[in-house]
Amino acid sequence: MSDADVRRAIDAVWRIESARLIAGLTRIVRDVGLAEQLAHDALVAALEQWPAAGIPANPGAWLMAAGRNRAIDHLRRARRLERSHAEIGREREAAARDDAAELDAAIDNDMGDDVLRLIFMTCHPVLPTEARVALTLRLLGGLTTDEIARAYLTTEPAIAQRIVRAKRTLSEKQIPFEVPRGRDRADRLASVLEVIYLVFNEGYTATAGDDWTRPALCEDALRLARVLAGLAPDEPEVLGLAALLELQSSRLRARIGPSGEPILLLDQNRALWDLLLIRRGLAALDRGLATFDLGLTTLDLRLTTFDVSLTKLDRAQRAAGRPGPYLLQAAIAACHARARTAAETDWPQIAALYAALAAAAPSPIVELNRAVAESMAAGPQAGLDIIDRLVHEPALAGYHLLPSVRGDLLFKLGRHAEARAEFLRAAALTRNAREQTLLQSRARACDG
Amino acid sequence: MRFMIIVKATPDSEAGKMPEPELLTAMASYHEELARAGALLDGSGLKPSSTGWRVRYAGDGRTVVDGPFAETKELIAGYTLIQVKSREEALEWTRRFPNPAGEGRPAEIEVRQLFELEDFGNGPEIDRFREIGLGDKPA
Repeated sequence: MSDADVRRAIDAVWRIESARLIAGLTRIVRDVGLAEQLAHDALVAALEQWPAAGIPANPGAWLMAAGRNRAIDHLRRARRLERSHAEIGREREAAARDDAAELDAAIDNDMGDDVLRLIFMTCHPVLPTEARVALTLRLLGGLTTDEIARAYLTTEPAIAQRIVRAKRTLSEKQIPFEVPRGRDRADRLASVLEVIYLVFNEGYTATAGDDWTRPALCEDALRLARVLAGLAPDEPEVLGLAALLELQSSRLRARIGPSGEPILLLDQNRALWDLLLIRRGLAALDRGLATFDLGLTTLDLRLTTFDVSLTKLDRAQRAAGRPGPYLLQAAIAACHARARTAAETDWPQIAALYAALAAAAPSPIVELNRAVAESMAAGPQAGLDIIDRLVHEPALAGYHLLPSVRGDLLFKLGRHAEARAEFLRAAALTRNAREQTLLQSRARACDG
Repeated sequence: MRFMIIVKATPDSEAGKMPEPELLTAMASYHEELARAGALLDGSGLKPSSTGWRVRYAGDGRTVVDGPFAETKELIAGYTLIQVKSREEALEWTRRFPNPAGEGRPAEIEVRQLFELEDFGNGPEIDRFREIGLGDKPA
């Protein structure tokens, strides 16, 4: 193996092992910045020794041992500052034994939990969102500062500073290294899921000309969601997010047209949908539904069934028993994924799910999507009734899909003059040339 | 990037022999590691070639030939699909793959990258896929 090969192999080892290494060291030294430093020191040792000695059979264990030794040294040096020389002489032997045993016990505790603790830390709400994203991608995603900078269209020093400040804040606020329980847990978990979802969406907005690190964010987010699902398999929203990202990823290849224009889901070539990811998404959704212990699977998910089953639970269970926004969005994505063609889409099912989503996490965009689903399930007037209430919604003011959908519904109801006005309004709002052409031709069709 | 780890057959796998407990444990642990890292996509063992068949093409005709087939070393006994960010990462993961015949015994795995369509923009691959696409055309 050439030196360059070894270097690249060590980079790969780092990407695989660094999160667990940093998490384990954070447990020892209780400071994420120091832990990362020690982890890097271990990496330097690897870079020095592995080219000659070869890559060890268990590189993770090697790095952990190297990091742990450096952590012990560091802790002893810190302790030494508080003690006299005489004391140190007496204690040195005892300390050596205690340290090793104590640390062994600490490390032998489930390492997976340490990674979970680390995710909760890097996504702590005390940090601004962009800091959470950068810190999580760095410590858990294994991205270099440069990769994060390129993915977010900024400079490496900017990201580096963001990360330094984040670590300092965590240290100053003495954020504990733990998995939150009780009342805190739901909020803290929501913060973690939000970070992962934001990373995915950032990647989703990438266009053809962008640096490869941008669309790669979808893969990075999906990987983090899978890791989290493995660490917290009893959390329905965690499984919901994993399912949602698998299903959205399944459509990545179908969503961009030949001229780089976005293709709406209903217009996509489903032969380009990744069946493996769909299968994984449906499986994750099933596991998420299973946590409610109601015997439901994606095959028979209907909101009415949910309601009937929920009455069997006592009130406390019912309060906790409603599916959250990620699981609901995943269920909606699953409806699309299961339809072999757009015509076979189960619209009543989707409409019911959007109604549940509107109750769980209301937003104008959810209402708009609900209107579309209702119109497909119960006819254009049903959709229009919902859309008409959104026309003055400030959040949707510049959003071309609102007049576009409204125009479509008006057209189907034979109200052609009004439809024409809406299509023209939509055409003026969109910046995409091909969409503009499409909307203008729809407007012209109203004249006939 | 996606890679397929192809586990080659052995006389034991062709004989339908159940793997020893140590091997099953090692395989389970390894795949758990892959899953925990978010890198595992799919995987399965394949039944011995005695349960399978081949379709042979000659001229315009085709014949079905039942297994078993002789060239054990060239037969496939299982596969694992992984998703990673680089070829080096795939290399590192596959380096850790447990010996499918059990420690100390001769065995082989082969690793191949999956073709991916270009994620963005047009190209001959996308166009051809569109031509043979099964998806519904927009109204």
